[in-house]
Amino acid sequence: MFGKLSLDAIPYHEPILIGTFSAIVVLGVALLAAITYFRKWGYLWHDWITSVDHKKIGVMYIVVAIIMLVRGFSDAIMMRLQQAMSSGGGEGYLPPQHYDQIFTAHGTIMIFFMAMPFMIGLFNIVVPLQIGARDVAFPFLNNMSFWFTAFSAILINISLFVGEFGQVGWLAYPPLSGRDLSPGVGVDYWIWSVQLSGIGTLLTGVNFFATIIKMRAPGMTLFKMPIFTWTTFCACVMIIATFPILTVVITLLALDRTLGMHFFTNDLGGNQMMYVNLIWAWGHPEVYILILPAFGVFSEVTATFCKKRMFGYSTMVWATVAITVLSLFVWLHHFFTMGSGANVNAFFGIATMLIAIPTGVKIFNWLFTMYRGRVEFTTPMIYTLGFLVTFSVGGMTGVMLANPAADFVLHNSLFLIAHFHNVIIGGVVFGYLAGLAYWFPKVYGFKLNERLGKFSALCWIIGFWFAFMPLYALGFMGITRRVSTFVDPTPLMHTMFVIAAIGAGIILVGILAFVLQLVVGFAGKNKEYDLTGDPWGGRTLEWSISSPPPEYNFAVIPQVHDLDAFWDEKEKGTAYKRPDHYTDIHMPKSTVAGPVMGLFGFIMSFSIVWHIWWLAAFGLIATVLTFVIRSCSDDTDFYIKKDEVELTENEHFKNLEKQQA
Amino acid sequence: MTRNYWQSIYKALTVFGAVSLLGGCDAALLDPKGPIGLAQRNMIITAFVVMLLVVIPVIIMTFWFAWKYRASNKDATYSPNWAHSNKLEAVVWGVPCIIILALSIITWHFTHSLNPQRPIESDQPPLQVQVVSLDWKWLFIYPELGIASVNELAMPTNRPVRFSITSATAMNSFFIPQLGSQIYAMGGMSNKLWLEASEPGVYRGTGANYTGNGFSGMQFNALAKTPEDFDAWVDQVKQSGEQLSVDRYNRLAEPSTRNPVEHFAVVQPHLYQTVIDETVGRGLEVKTAGAGE
Repeated sequence: MFGKLSLDAIPYHEPILIGTFSAIVVLGVALLAAITYFRKWGYLWHDWITSVDHKKIGVMYIVVAIIMLVRGFSDAIMMRLQQAMSSGGGEGYLPPQHYDQIFTAHGTIMIFFMAMPFMIGLFNIVVPLQIGARDVAFPFLNNMSFWFTAFSAILINISLFVGEFGQVGWLAYPPLSGRDLSPGVGVDYWIWSVQLSGIGTLLTGVNFFATIIKMRAPGMTLFKMPIFTWTTFCACVMIIATFPILTVVITLLALDRTLGMHFFTNDLGGNQMMYVNLIWAWGHPEVYILILPAFGVFSEVTATFCKKRMFGYSTMVWATVAITVLSLFVWLHHFFTMGSGANVNAFFGIATMLIAIPTGVKIFNWLFTMYRGRVEFTTPMIYTLGFLVTFSVGGMTGVMLANPAADFVLHNSLFLIAHFHNVIIGGVVFGYLAGLAYWFPKVYGFKLNERLGKFSALCWIIGFWFAFMPLYALGFMGITRRVSTFVDPTPLMHTMFVIAAIGAGIILVGILAFVLQLVVGFAGKNKEYDLTGDPWGGRTLEWSISSPPPEYNFAVIPQVHDLDAFWDEKEKGTAYKRPDHYTDIHMPKSTVAGPVMGLFGFIMSFSIVWHIWWLAAFGLIATVLTFVIRSCSDDTDFYIKKDEVELTENEHFKNLEKQQA
Repeated sequence: MTRNYWQSIYKALTVFGAVSLLGGCDAALLDPKGPIGLAQRNMIITAFVVMLLVVIPVIIMTFWFAWKYRASNKDATYSPNWAHSNKLEAVVWGVPCIIILALSIITWHFTHSLNPQRPIESDQPPLQVQVVSLDWKWLFIYPELGIASVNELAMPTNRPVRFSITSATAMNSFFIPQLGSQIYAMGGMSNKLWLEASEPGVYRGTGANYTGNGFSGMQFNALAKTPEDFDAWVDQVKQSGEQLSVDRYNRLAEPSTRNPVEHFAVVQPHLYQTVIDETVGRGLEVKTAGAGE
């Protein structure tokens, strides 16, 4: 009846897990009670869960990302603590099977459930506003993608308390992840949550690709698109090109595990090298999917806070396109040590190094945007400066690793760990946090506390340097990754690990400051309200409307004449002009189909993990059926009447006048 | 006086550099003990210095521009619409192109000269060692000598060693940092790696690709010995009297952690090929593609 699922699946004997579990249950119950007490269920359901408004979906994505950031960061702290302890001699406080679950969880959660939702959240909030659109191309699909992602995050976290987490590393290389060597459910949880979120991501890629191609405001040619939109577009191209590879390769792994097939096993003709090739054919473009939008954020932030046009816009665009294309031809650099010939390795090594050229160009472009500008040191700008310094170092170590002959000693060492955290934290995380601080007032109509924001940014930057520079040194000491205890540690090694743990502690302070910033922002009395909708002196269209924007974004679709469309309007004095008349606005209707499909998809995935076949079949049929029913429905849209639009807009004009007076 | 002053600064800098950047004598990769590792170290340092030519100016420019053009500095030039310059564009594309061209040449050259499968030239005949990654220990078979050891690898100095590497279970990577290159150990396949030690010593060896819960203990000592000492080690192993039959191998292959060093005086002939065949098909006639022998 319940497949492999029984009460034994709950890890009673792990005090850390039971403690965490109890805390989550208590907090969860408190949250549900609070929602009930304040009668917020209806509000949540109508205004958020079933909403197809891209701004709200964006916020929900970022909420998921921040929760997962805390979860993934707890793993990081536990690992740093374990290695700091065990490098001093002894076993540390975590047994290997627990430590191995933690590093698998850390990588999986940070990439799939923190970075990706954060990025997609920013897409959702920013892109339609930047291109002067009223919504995305497929609003229902957008809601559905979110719920697939949210339920996949729930699924991966359930594995902590029902069953186990995989102990195979974040990319689950076979044959270790095959059923002979990993008989537990951990890898199945990994497969099905990544699968579910991957589908959500792929659909999002399609959605934003179509949105950017089809829904730009009149006059906004491709070469008048803001850089963030460009980078989103390129990221979507890569998502569409590579996420299907991920889906297929993980499906094959699932077939190996569940039906006893032999795609990647050692025996009966299976070939593990095929898995490694395929997963990186997705995995390498994936890191560029993450970094390009972060580059986009830095471009917007630099131009805005240097009060100056972006230097070398078309160069920036071509550099982005070059990275997009090159990123598809470098996957083999993740395994030079597999034993390919020298010609193959040299090809992929040099192809990888070529990416440093457009990336270097971008760095220079940001620098020359600052040159002869008026640099304002706001939170997003602090992140940008931290990024420029940190990322240059990360890029340099990346080029070192790209040389196969060097990679033969640096591969899988802590040098590699330091490198990819250098570019992921120093690039992706700084970028997204800068983006959050930058666009927060647009979404909520008030600024977050800048002092706390700058403090948090400095903690992240300084903490990063303390946490990861020692790892470069440890890599040179020949220390490899995924080791929980050391056979003969030296005092210097121990010192390095202790410094790294201190660095993680500084980042923790940064995260706490960030959380405090949110608390102060939402609960505090003295909010710094943004009545104009343009708190930073912005250049692009999202700043031309009120903060928060009305449901329909633009009462009248703007006509674009210049790259910095809104700046141009402000220069010419055509900004904030009251239109002659308003018209009815056609909008998509909220839908229950998205959350319902997400729930059924979750039920299906959970059931496959535990081999509860009848329930899995039910989940699959119900998911498809919901989709069919929704597709047959004609009741998917409505009109906002022009009187209502006029009222909303007048409100904004009143605020503007108040501000100017 | 001045000269002494500079000399002491230079000395202090060197010591500081050695300790902080190079991690002193602990930094295995910077203290190589064989020709492969030495070439890799020199190449890494060269690439590092070449890249600093652009990274250091970028870092300086970041701080300099941010400070000079801070909003409160009204004396600095402000050109809000200046966004293009053909000269600067040429520089921002040209400089990275030149650096990467230089690094590409280095890469092409060393990828070929340091290809792990490329035999090391020497007047000495190579020593053959077959390496099997087990859960969770390393088995080293010396087919020419008919002996084997677990978690201890001995090799004569100044004589190339030709490693054949496989895994009986998960994918691992065979790595002795102070000697140089690592290569994957994969089930059903045999990978090749050539290394040489130029000085006697004990060098830490490790698995570099996670293979499961006992992975942390997959460490061994690589003993580089003078030819005489190596012969003595071989004799010592031969005196152990232990036999590595297929049966004994199967017991050895059972998962264990932090396995002690073991010596085998006699090894079942063709054991290495038997391990590969068994991993591939459990006795079935199945061939896999890949880096087979």
